[in-house]
Amino acid sequence: MSELKHPLDVYMRKGVPRIWCSGCGDGIILKEFINALNELKLDMDKVAVLSGIGCIGRFSGYTNTDSFHSTHGRSIAVATGVKVARPDLTVVVVSGDGDLFAIGGNHFIHAARRNVGLTVICSNNFNYGMTGGQFGPTTLLEGYTTTTPYGNIENPLNLVYLAAAAGAVYVARWTTYHARLLRGAIKKALQKKGFSFVEIISPCPQQYGRRNKMENPIECMKWLKEKSVIQNRIDPAKAEVGIDKIVVGEFVDIEKPEFTDLLKKKIDFVQEKLRKKEG
Amino acid sequence: MRRDVLTGRHFMLGDIACAEGALATGCRFFAGYPITPATEIAEHMSERLPEVGGVYIQMEDEIASIAAVIGASYTGVKSMTATSGPGFSLMQENLGLAVMTETPLVLVDVQRGGPSTGQPTKTSQQDVMQAKWGAHGDKEIIALAPSSVQEMFDLTVEAFNLSETYRCPALVMADELIGHLREKLVIPKTEEIRLVERKRPKAPSTSFAPFKPDADQVPPMACFGEGYRFYATGLTHDETGSPEADSAEVQTELIARLCDKIRKNRDKIVKVKSMFLEDAEICVIAYGGVARSAMTAVRRARDKGIKAGLLRPVTIWPFPSKEVAEVAERVKHIIVLEMNYGQLVGEVERRADYRKVTFVPKLGEVLYTPMEILGQIERCSR
Repeated sequence: MSELKHPLDVYMRKGVPRIWCSGCGDGIILKEFINALNELKLDMDKVAVLSGIGCIGRFSGYTNTDSFHSTHGRSIAVATGVKVARPDLTVVVVSGDGDLFAIGGNHFIHAARRNVGLTVICSNNFNYGMTGGQFGPTTLLEGYTTTTPYGNIENPLNLVYLAAAAGAVYVARWTTYHARLLRGAIKKALQKKGFSFVEIISPCPQQYGRRNKMENPIECMKWLKEKSVIQNRIDPAKAEVGIDKIVVGEFVDIEKPEFTDLLKKKIDFVQEKLRKKEG
Repeated sequence: MRRDVLTGRHFMLGDIACAEGALATGCRFFAGYPITPATEIAEHMSERLPEVGGVYIQMEDEIASIAAVIGASYTGVKSMTATSGPGFSLMQENLGLAVMTETPLVLVDVQRGGPSTGQPTKTSQQDVMQAKWGAHGDKEIIALAPSSVQEMFDLTVEAFNLSETYRCPALVMADELIGHLREKLVIPKTEEIRLVERKRPKAPSTSFAPFKPDADQVPPMACFGEGYRFYATGLTHDETGSPEADSAEVQTELIARLCDKIRKNRDKIVKVKSMFLEDAEICVIAYGGVARSAMTAVRRARDKGIKAGLLRPVTIWPFPSKEVAEVAERVKHIIVLEMNYGQLVGEVERRADYRKVTFVPKLGEVLYTPMEILGQIERCSR
């Protein structure tokens, strides 16, 4: 009898050590990402996955694609270089809230503003998990972390509101509880021409959950299930994330000229002008 | 008519000659951020790259600029960025990433006065140690120091060739004086420009290991979108690209190889120019813009019967240790000139009897005058 093989195995790179804790949401994100690739039947030779630093930063190592694991916060900038040099590739950035919105926040804003054709997937786990659970730009008010031992006093950033304001053409938020809806959003984002953004509220039971009255992965999942409210197409400014309410859904889906298309048009224009001049 | 190689005689700005050198070598991607005194390189690339089918993009900062260059290089396109001190500082993190991921790229630093914002329009050579040690961790770096507008062209071509040969970043450590100098430039015929392209692997296969080196310590480079489906990381990795965060063996092997691929080829990489050194008793060591005044001073000293000579490192990293040690052995005095408060002079002192070495710093001015240098040569000759 031949060896049993999971049909999605072909999407996974062999031989790279897996580091995620049990109960971590990142595995669900990886699974739904792979499901999305599979359902879209994308040519895997033409998909590039990039990631930054942190637990989810290992994501690019796990997908059987061209993959680049960049420095902390810089994956969107590296991805911009890849996309501009090879506009035919599907270029995806998968990283965390701290990586994309603290140290890398400026790159996110400007890639969205340019509307460069990247899909950015953010695993938002409310803290810096890999370094042991410090607070970050999305930590909830009064959240306990190893560097807010008396409760967090900083306002968390509303990622979908920022993405919409900066110019993203597709913006959605789901949680790892909403696996199928999440897959749908990733599929849409991957097909979108322009800068697309999917935020995924993803539990970190080990570092954040157990310090914030969610003792185990099941408690974390229950929280996501009970407090999530689907509100498609509402103003992203009102799409709050709090301990009592998590607004999820699709907030932006618009059309705008994509950056590499505009670049190509300019290059064609310059070359045409030169040809005329040279006769 | 070729649009990328402007064969012929020109009267050109140093920064623009650098951009033309990049275009002639096949550079088709530039990402940058405006900064004095390197801005003209970006401006010229924004005009010229579309003419040759290439892409200019302006990023939100220098961190993103070099990051985008790394991304573009990973698709197989010859790519570059240009900056000055403050931007060079911001680029250090991803310069380290380029070393670790063995990314061919060219980074031009047109040096100005520092630290911090310093003197944006004044020349300096204050970044030469940062070029070598600015990014954390052990590494070897290749850095060239142009002394003329011609060398802004020639050494940019050379930097691309070295970066493609050794799969590493190569730096052109220019200075404001040369970047903003206008003088004659001769661009050779296309067929006379030596071009090197990175080694490519044969074909995608299940056993493909993206960081497995050949005998020369350099792995052939696969590119994105070609079906290799490989993984590159800034983490310590084995030949397959897989992270090995805990293994002393893998860390030792990787760092040794990244350094050795340059160290063991230093004779092929290092270039120096010398003048009147055969019988010299006094050796002036100067590089970049400073070497121009030094050359005149040495000639004047010879007119006066003083046995002076000039050693000009064209390659500043790897440092021309052998060449300096050989000269240091036989001369009585060494005068080191650089537009900083003492950087490469330390490298000279490592290879010479320090009692022979006189260092003359210069900060914030246009340049040493030949008479100043001549005065120093005369003092040493007494």
